[in-house]
Amino acid sequence: MIIANRKPFEEIVDMLKPYKRILLLGCNECVTVCAVGGAKEVAVLSSELAMYRAKEGQPIDIKEHVLERNCDPEYVEALIQVIGDREVILSMACGCGIQFVGERYRNIPVLPGVNTTFYGVTEEHGVWTERCQGCGNCILDKTMGICPVSRCAKSLFNGPCGGSQGGNCEVNKDTPCAWQLIVDRYKERNMLHRYLELQPIKDWSTSRDGGPRKRVREDLKI
Amino acid sequence: MRLNYPTNVKIIKVPCTGRVDVIHVLKAFEHGADGVFLAGCLEGECHFLKGNLRAKKRVAHIKTLLDECGIGGERVAMYNLSSAQGQRFAEIAREMTEKVRQLGPNPIKIEKGSNN
Ligand code: SF4
Ligand code: SF4
Repeated sequence: MIIANRKPFEEIVDMLKPYKRILLLGCNECVTVCAVGGAKEVAVLSSELAMYRAKEGQPIDIKEHVLERNCDPEYVEALIQVIGDREVILSMACGCGIQFVGERYRNIPVLPGVNTTFYGVTEEHGVWTERCQGCGNCILDKTMGICPVSRCAKSLFNGPCGGSQGGNCEVNKDTPCAWQLIVDRYKERNMLHRYLELQPIKDWSTSRDGGPRKRVREDLKI
Repeated sequence: MRLNYPTNVKIIKVPCTGRVDVIHVLKAFEHGADGVFLAGCLEGECHFLKGNLRAKKRVAHIKTLLDECGIGGERVAMYNLSSAQGQRFAEIAREMTEKVRQLGPNPIKIEKGSNN
């Protein structure tokens, strides 16, 4: 799923300074699961903002709403019933959702309430970690199911750098070294010989380097 | 036991402090409460195993939220006591009331008052 962090409160307060009637918009998908932009977090931010502005003597009128998804046109379309007299939308969806709502409703600013951060998993309740960078040409079959693109700080393809220490990455001691994980897995499965197979230089044109990506399935188009 | 505790303390009963969510406490402040305390069972004695420990973590989180929105994290507290400690409850209620009195009223109310 897509993982995000809530923006610092002061930054949000600053963005909303010129506005009185806001729509605080959440999303029921990834940002709900990673506890940053679902109904609960919308309610909490709304309450915080209401208190802050009341205390400042600049009361704010907040309408809370959560869309099933912010990245699909049918749900975004339904917002038309909700926007009404709102002056601004503060979205707690991921960057995709924020933009998509903004593209549909051009006469109202759609501001980001979160910093969209990575594609990851819930390692344990309350802990999320990165697993994929959407490089567009998956090599998990060659690396024992561990992604060196996203999990190695240097995206190395043929073994660790010199900084791998005690199983951890030199960039951050709390992060396991991806290559240590890969080698451990080779050993576990008695496949260490595969470690010697050289990976060719990666063609990054399928990744961000090739520009914004698009996927089309002609058979699904209406 | 006929114990006395300050009349300004309003009690809201929940099955377990683990039921108390962040938003419940924020709403209390939004509606003008000057302080909120959670009275949970003693640590290690939760009927639901970890309800009071969860509440403790939530209270810590609520403190940061109240600090960032300018209400003040000191206005919320977590206490642990058993249901047989009526005396202690009365003591905590007085302690908390005193602390909140020193902090003064909820800043939202002050602002609303000044507009009148
Ligand atoms: S190799 Fe590419 S597609 Fe596969 S998990 Fe890593 S970043 Fe994602
Ligand atoms: S220590 Fe491991 S994960 Fe970190 S940069 Fe080096 S090879 Fe990559």
